[in-house]
Amino acid sequence: MKTVASRETRNLLQYPYLLWSSLFIVVPLVLVLWYSFTTPTPTGRYEFSISNYRRFFEPVYLRVMSRSILLAFEATLICLALGYPAAMIMVRLGSKWRNTLLLLLVLPMWINFLLRTYSWMVLLGRQGVLNQLLQWMGLPPQSILYSRGAVLIGMVYNFLPFMILPLYTSLSKIGKEQIEAAEDLGANRFDVFRRVIFPLSLPGILTGTTMVFMPAVSTFVISALLGGGQDMLIGNLIEQQFLSTGDWHFGSALSILMMVIILIAMTVVSLTDKGKTFEEGNLW
Amino acid sequence: MVKLRNHASLSKVYILLVLLFLYAPIGVLIIFSFNNLRSTSVWGGFSLRWYRELLQDRQILSALYYTLSIAILSSIISAAAGTVAAIGIHRMHPIARKVVLAINNVPVLNPDIVTGVSLMTLFTALRLRLGFTTLLLSHITFNIPYVVLCILPRLRQIPKEVTEAAMDLGATPPYVFFHVILPEIRSAIFTGFLIAFTLSVDDFVISFFTTGSGVNNLPIVVYSMARRGINPKINAVSSLLFITVFCLLMIINKRDTNIQKLEV
Repeated sequence: MKTVASRETRNLLQYPYLLWSSLFIVVPLVLVLWYSFTTPTPTGRYEFSISNYRRFFEPVYLRVMSRSILLAFEATLICLALGYPAAMIMVRLGSKWRNTLLLLLVLPMWINFLLRTYSWMVLLGRQGVLNQLLQWMGLPPQSILYSRGAVLIGMVYNFLPFMILPLYTSLSKIGKEQIEAAEDLGANRFDVFRRVIFPLSLPGILTGTTMVFMPAVSTFVISALLGGGQDMLIGNLIEQQFLSTGDWHFGSALSILMMVIILIAMTVVSLTDKGKTFEEGNLW
Repeated sequence: MVKLRNHASLSKVYILLVLLFLYAPIGVLIIFSFNNLRSTSVWGGFSLRWYRELLQDRQILSALYYTLSIAILSSIISAAAGTVAAIGIHRMHPIARKVVLAINNVPVLNPDIVTGVSLMTLFTALRLRLGFTTLLLSHITFNIPYVVLCILPRLRQIPKEVTEAAMDLGATPPYVFFHVILPEIRSAIFTGFLIAFTLSVDDFVISFFTTGSGVNNLPIVVYSMARRGINPKINAVSSLLFITVFCLLMIINKRDTNIQKLEV
């Protein structure tokens, strides 16, 4: 009798969240999918249509898309170039310094990204700190804020820790023996890097790449605040469709497309990395 | 040897530069929140002027009220619901568990903007007016998955035999929950609660799409102010938010290391 009773409790405990996650996670996505494949008819009904997706191939929107992908890609590359040496240096440090540095790198990830972005408005503005410095050095002031460069700086600044941490994780897994073995076999430093360290750090590179690319390609805040709304990104376009233009159908199609891009990026990573970074809540 | 030492100091310089890049902007932001002038680049002496102005700003005070009430409510509800959910998931058939965990991960992995607009379409379909309720529901929705991810590993550590032994000795399921399982996962629940609270205070994108009728949290106010340009008041709000989240993190981190120490 007891086992039966406990089985029943088992079943009971799983239902609330099944219900909740269906209603608040699955249904909303289905709704977005439904919106993306329908258009309103003059009679006030909705009909199936792929026009929302077709509209996306108009040159204006293709430009937005390619700009978003390009900027996110550039930000990812810069993060990789800046982050790789940092991660390599960290691996070689003593454990005391390493842990402090890790904490210092994790901390900015938890500072609200609005604040992180706003802080660059303060730095790059016409009357900003950077221009004051330039003036003080006798150089002409620059107008960096509200440009594509500013958006790029904002992305790199916001997402650099997301690159360094996975790189560090995969680099720290490389055993000393592996490097020593390569050296014993006559490899010089460059060979050791090219044939041992770099291939073994590939999972970290891929994880870091998605972790930078995903938020960079979907942002609308960084471009709105630092780009001044001149260069629209796909995130801005979605925000505009839902909050000002009111074309939820097109906005939904854009959201689905964004999810597809990210899904592709994540599949690439999970094939290589077996998705380890994403499984157990990578909070720290 | 000389070459090696050069290499080491070069490394140190590089790391320092990276840290400078990461911290200088935030540092400048905080420093100028104490500026006596309206400028955020020319120093005019120390003052708490902008913090005083915050206290008189109706919009910011109301945003502070909503931020805190949403954070408190959503984190408490998420911690409770997340605990039940985690236990439910833990006891599921492995295949069902995989499916539910995949769904659970959706809000964690999906871009916030997609979570935001999808919840917005749901609330509209349900004919709910965007405002406090919808904001609260959204925060609970993105918080529960993190609580679940916090508690599940802890549940896995409880040997099956322990609960079975309790049952064999005549314990009812509620008794087992309160006297066997809960003591084991209590600290994980609290960590989950703190993470949920932090995420709730911190959230901008999802809130931006799921609120309305004058209900704004602090990040939304910061965004709308920042869109109009630089304003020292934003610096002051930012510093306060920064310090709050920093303190919360220190508490979470301390608890984590304490737990690890206990386990060792």
